[in-house]
Amino acid sequence: MNDDNNSRTSGDERADLVTMILSAIADVAPELEPELADLDHDVDFWMELQLDSMDHLTVMTRLAEQTGVEIAERDYPRLTTIAAFRDFLAAAGG
Amino acid sequence: MSGNDTFEYAMPSLGADMDEGRVIEWRVAPGDTVHRGDLIAVVETEKSDIDIEIWHDGIVEEFLVDVGQLVDVGTPIARLRRVGADVEGSPATAPTSTPSPSLAPSPGDRVPASPIARRLASERGIDLGAVTGSGPGGAVIEADIVALSAAAPGADGDERSSPTAAPAPRRSPDRMRSLIAERMATANREIPHYYLSRDIDVGALETWLAERNAQRPIAERILPAACYIRAVALAAARHRELNGFWIGDHFEPAESVNVAMAISLRRGGLVTPQIERADERSLDDVMAALQELVTAARTGNLRASWMTGATITITHLGDSGADLVHGVISPPQVALVGFGRARERAWVIGGDIAVRPVVTSTLAADHRATDGAVGSRFIATLAQHIDHPEDLL
Repeated sequence: MNDDNNSRTSGDERADLVTMILSAIADVAPELEPELADLDHDVDFWMELQLDSMDHLTVMTRLAEQTGVEIAERDYPRLTTIAAFRDFLAAAGG
Repeated sequence: MSGNDTFEYAMPSLGADMDEGRVIEWRVAPGDTVHRGDLIAVVETEKSDIDIEIWHDGIVEEFLVDVGQLVDVGTPIARLRRVGADVEGSPATAPTSTPSPSLAPSPGDRVPASPIARRLASERGIDLGAVTGSGPGGAVIEADIVALSAAAPGADGDERSSPTAAPAPRRSPDRMRSLIAERMATANREIPHYYLSRDIDVGALETWLAERNAQRPIAERILPAACYIRAVALAAARHRELNGFWIGDHFEPAESVNVAMAISLRRGGLVTPQIERADERSLDDVMAALQELVTAARTGNLRASWMTGATITITHLGDSGADLVHGVISPPQVALVGFGRARERAWVIGGDIAVRPVVTSTLAADHRATDGAVGSRFIATLAQHIDHPEDLL
């Protein structure tokens, strides 16, 4: 289902990034893990999952470490959905 | 009882609202040598699983409770042999780090404790040996006794102490709710609260933080919450009348400023672990401690030493959307500071109107301990610190 406009490799990479983002969220909020599979990738997941500023920082830190992408504070406002986050990391070469 | 060569380690009180707990995992085995500060077991409380530390060096002799057995706070759960105890008649109990003179054990008493703690314990019939000391050298300090006695209101010969070997169901949100209910009802009934508030322009703080964070890798960035903790700690250090405990009929100022942070748990309820001596630590250090506490609270890995000894508490509801919070004080503390969300407001500066991010800070204080004038000076100091963020470093 990731094969739309992307080459197979790129689709796999994007799926991997989604997995990575979801697993970072599951790490800071283990009790949310059951909900993550059904999470709509186009909603503001910080709001949806009631994550606070500390969760936010921890997720950002974890993803920056894992992908090597430096995420600036000015980028935060657009990193609100799983899809946006995935695209941001993919574009930054994460 | 094998005399003075051994000592018992009791189920600690991991927060003033805990009255029972169960060991769910031993991290050590009989025969192991343990050192002060080592984690020896994981205890399940109503709120969270907490790693408990030992405060004396020793060799584990025997476990006195089974894994899964629910016991009251103060129940001996392990017996340890003092290090060097087999050397006949040697006074082997002195802690490796010499406690300050006021905490030195008195003759014939093997438990180091501060004078206030000693008096309180005798007043309340608490065995000092059964208390996990959180002071220097593992000494029992006032806060330990206070937390312990707050957890065990009245010696009701309760049935809960009967060992229930069958593993009971994991803590339920209902049980946590009822603990919070009981505690908050007591606080509201016994503490005559007064409330003060002050709107604070956090523009300077936000700008300063943004500039600072822009130059730092993500793992070293600071959240406003850490700044609030520092500001409250510095204000509490200056206005000591709000930093301590109401005990019986009088206020006892605390020796240090240990700031507890209310952390909500997504499955419901909250925990209030503390950051020790937050007035003496750097902002980076407080931020690291906060991150550690929040992660531990959310993943159920809180350490026992974080759960006792708080001298003032912060509730920061800004993240969840409230403008201001009039909180309920956590007894025996006498003050609780609240922060609402930062929101843009029309703000008058030097005769002009500007749009500024504004946070409403509130103070709930115990009127038995202080009057409004003290609280008012506290909140003015707090505002001043937040307006000069470079002082929080």
